[in-house]
Amino acid sequence: MPVLEKGTLLKRHSPLAPASEQLRIIDSAGVVPSFDDLLRQNGLSPLCASGIEIFQINVGKRCNQVCGHCHVDAGPDRLEIMTQETAAECVCALERTSIPKVDITGGAPELNPNFRWLVEQARRLERHVMDRCNLTVLLLKGQEDLAGFLALHRVEVICSLPYFQERETDRQRGEGVFHRSIEALQKLNALGYGMPGSGLVLNLVHNPVGAFLPPPQAALEADFRRVLDHKFGIQFNHLFCITNMPISRFLEFLLRSGNYEHYMERLAQAFNPQAVTGLMCRNTISIGWDGRLYDCDFNQMLDLGVGFSAPRHVSAFDISALNSRRIVTARHCFGCTAGAGSSCVGATAGAA
Amino acid sequence: MDHYYCRHDLAKFSDMGKESPALWEKFLGWYNAVFAEGALSEREKSLIALAVAHTVQCPYCIDAYTTACLEKGSNLEQMTEAVHVAAAIRGGSSLIHGVQMRNIVEKLEM
Repeated sequence: MPVLEKGTLLKRHSPLAPASEQLRIIDSAGVVPSFDDLLRQNGLSPLCASGIEIFQINVGKRCNQVCGHCHVDAGPDRLEIMTQETAAECVCALERTSIPKVDITGGAPELNPNFRWLVEQARRLERHVMDRCNLTVLLLKGQEDLAGFLALHRVEVICSLPYFQERETDRQRGEGVFHRSIEALQKLNALGYGMPGSGLVLNLVHNPVGAFLPPPQAALEADFRRVLDHKFGIQFNHLFCITNMPISRFLEFLLRSGNYEHYMERLAQAFNPQAVTGLMCRNTISIGWDGRLYDCDFNQMLDLGVGFSAPRHVSAFDISALNSRRIVTARHCFGCTAGAGSSCVGATAGAA
Repeated sequence: MDHYYCRHDLAKFSDMGKESPALWEKFLGWYNAVFAEGALSEREKSLIALAVAHTVQCPYCIDAYTTACLEKGSNLEQMTEAVHVAAAIRGGSSLIHGVQMRNIVEKLEM
């Protein structure tokens, strides 16, 4: 049985496809202590939000890639996509607040037909917009003008590139992805992205290609900068290191490869109390394709909606009720507190 | 105990401090200081440790420092080169002892 299967869990009718089954596995006692217990032992309970700085919209699960570590189980067969009506509810909620940053993710968010409208609306409201881009989408037929659109609207692009070599990148993201990613990065550079003085921000994201923690961010960023410049003439602003979450397709990989227990123990052993302060759930609200609200994109994929009486849908968005809400946690949260911490913008603390 | 080497025994390393905690603490303090960032980076030290692990042929060390190398950002190509360094030193060490063999032959032969 291959360790990495092709296709989404849903398409393969995998028993891991339902969020409830993933949650049952990762939150069963025995392998690691409860996340809440560890917070309590460190005097960090209850975990609460500290205001909302990032309005993160997941516009759907459709993607042109099927990456081995994807926590969304995204792929070309996924039909869950945010409608114009829900996108409008997001803009309406945003309009009533002064949340400064809008983070658009997926899937490949650009494949949502409402993506460009959403960007234009957020920019009209003078918010900083971030696009979590898989790079290869920029080369798809029909998306030839996408990079130019992003540049025109001064969108920060946060691009997945797990490693500066073909072997590692293609093992995680699929055959041929590395070279297409390089081509897309060169296209972004040509528009000024990542170039000094342009104001067009191009950040890269590293996820480990396997069952281990990410390296120190600054050291790996220096390697990326040296190799990508030397080999391909590519410039970028920063590298974000993000720990792989034990959910969805990465959970399947862990279970199939016999790494699950060891990985969970590794995450829990590397628990860093200093990383708790900077957890992204504390300054982010995550909105699902159907408008439901979550503490983070990982909770979203586990179907763990905001709890403790906070409003559950973007149509009932109430920032005063959400600003200091209590965060819903489970054992996957160890993924964000291990070592130097992990968030949508990379490491959050010094290593433990 | 069916095998002398078991992966889960690696997690029991700290049990070696149970009967002599003072010595263990000294060892651990020194060990951690050795691997801290210094004139050499943590990644360089992990690659050295990986090479030495192959020279001393310690499966626990190979397991620990393979993971450590990956977690410090090294790739398989770099790690393979480090193992070749260890192998080259081992091979060279055997060969250089051939000089002793030659010295003895020189003394013994007519």
